[in-house]
Amino acid sequence: MKPPPFEYNDPATVSEAVALLARYGDEAKVLAGGQSLVPLLNFRLARPERLVDINNVAELNYLRVGDGSVRIGALLRQSALERSAEAAEKVPLLREAVCLVGHAQIRNRGTVGGSVAHADPAAELPVALTALDARFRVLSERGERVLSAEELFVTHLTTALEPDELLTEIEVPVPSPGTGSAFVEFTRRHGDFALGGAAVLVRLAGDGFCEGAAIALLASAPKPVRAGEAESFLRGRRVDDDTAHQVAELAVQGITPTGDIHGSSDYRRGLIQALVRRALLSAAGRAREAS
Amino acid sequence: MTTREVAIEINGALFQRVVEPRLLLSDFIRHEARLTGTRVGCEHGVCGACTVQLDGAPVRSCLLFAVQASGHSIRTVEALVKPNGELHPLQQAFHESHALQCGFCTPGFLMTLEPFVEHADPALLDDETIREALAGNLCRCTGYQNIVKAVRLAAERIHA
Repeated sequence: MKPPPFEYNDPATVSEAVALLARYGDEAKVLAGGQSLVPLLNFRLARPERLVDINNVAELNYLRVGDGSVRIGALLRQSALERSAEAAEKVPLLREAVCLVGHAQIRNRGTVGGSVAHADPAAELPVALTALDARFRVLSERGERVLSAEELFVTHLTTALEPDELLTEIEVPVPSPGTGSAFVEFTRRHGDFALGGAAVLVRLAGDGFCEGAAIALLASAPKPVRAGEAESFLRGRRVDDDTAHQVAELAVQGITPTGDIHGSSDYRRGLIQALVRRALLSAAGRAREAS
Repeated sequence: MTTREVAIEINGALFQRVVEPRLLLSDFIRHEARLTGTRVGCEHGVCGACTVQLDGAPVRSCLLFAVQASGHSIRTVEALVKPNGELHPLQQAFHESHALQCGFCTPGFLMTLEPFVEHADPALLDDETIREALAGNLCRCTGYQNIVKAVRLAAERIHA
C-alpha cells in the first residue's frame, strides 16, 4: 500500500503548471486534493511517471460570488464551498451537494475542481454542476476553452480534458428568482458512494406552473446525465404528486445503471426513480417558499 | 531516485529530512518523526485512523505526501496531552466514558473531534450532529455509543 515512485513538480503559478503539462502531459497526472488520486496510487492502480501538484497554485484557490454567477477556482477546497454562506444563498444546491461528499476530513483537503476532473459518475459535485448548467474553463499553452458539462464529462473517470490541459475555473450561473432546488441521494452508510441520486431545479411562475426545470441523475450511467424528456414534460405543468410520479418515470426511461453487489441494475433504476420524485417535490416546495 | 528536502513542523518541532516524493505523510510522521501515536489503518482514506491536523484542519495523513506538508504545520495526537501529563478534556472524556477498547482508532477520532468540540455549542449538540462529525472514522470495538457520549461530555466541560 505504498505509491510507486514518481517525478514530482509543484508549480506556484498557473502558467508554470500549464507549461509543465505541455512538456510532460502524456506521462503526467495533475494532483489537486488527492482524495481520489492518492488511493489509486497507494493501490498502484495508477502509475503516472510524474505528478504535477497544483496545491501551491494560490491563484486557483478562490470563490467569487457575484450577482449573476458563482465562480469557483479549481483549487477551492470542498470545505470552503461548504462554509460559504454567500455561495449557499445564491446557489443552495451547491452546499446541499458538497455536504454529501465523503466526510469532513475528505472535504478539508478535497477540491471542487478535483472532483470534476476525476469524473466519478457517483460523485455529487459533477451531478450538481450538470444540473446547474455550469461552464468549465480549461487552459493549456494552446489556449483556453470553455466547456459545458455535456462536453466535459465523457464517461467513467474520463473527461474531455487533453493531457496538456488544466481545469482552472467552474462558473455556476445563479438560478433565476422563483427557482427551488434539491439534491437527494441514497447511501447504505453515511459518506459512502451513493447507489443513486438526483439533483433537481424547478422554476415556478407566480401561478404555480413550472417555467423551467433541470434534472440530473447520479450513478445512472457512466457519466452525469440530464433527463431531457422529463424536463420538457414538466414545463408548463403544476408540480403535484401525480406530475412528480410521471416525471420520475420518464427520467429513468432508458437508463441502465451498472449493477453490483450493492444493488442490481433494476434496483438502482427504481431507486433513482424514487429519488427524482422526492427531489422534485422538495425543489418545488422550496420554490413556493421562496416566492 | 528523485529526492527532496522537506521541513515539516510537527507539534511545534521542526523536522528536516530528505525524502522521496512518494513518502506518505503518515509514514513520515511514524518513521521519520518517530511519533507513533498516529495509526495507519487502510492507507486509502477510508478508516480515518491516520487523521492529523494540517494547519488546524483534520485531514487523512495517508492521502498526503510528506513533500506537500513542507512549510506547513501538523498536529498529531501527541500534542493533546499537557506537558504535566494532564489529559485533554476530550481524552479524559473518552477515558471516563469507555469510548475505546483496543484504542487503535482513538488517535484519529481525537484529532478529528478536537476542533469539533472546541467550536460546538453543547446546547445545540444533538446525536445526529455528533455522529455526522465522527462519520469519517471507523471503530470496530465500541459500536460508537460511548464515543458519542464522550463527545457530549467533553463539549459540556470545555464550554462550562
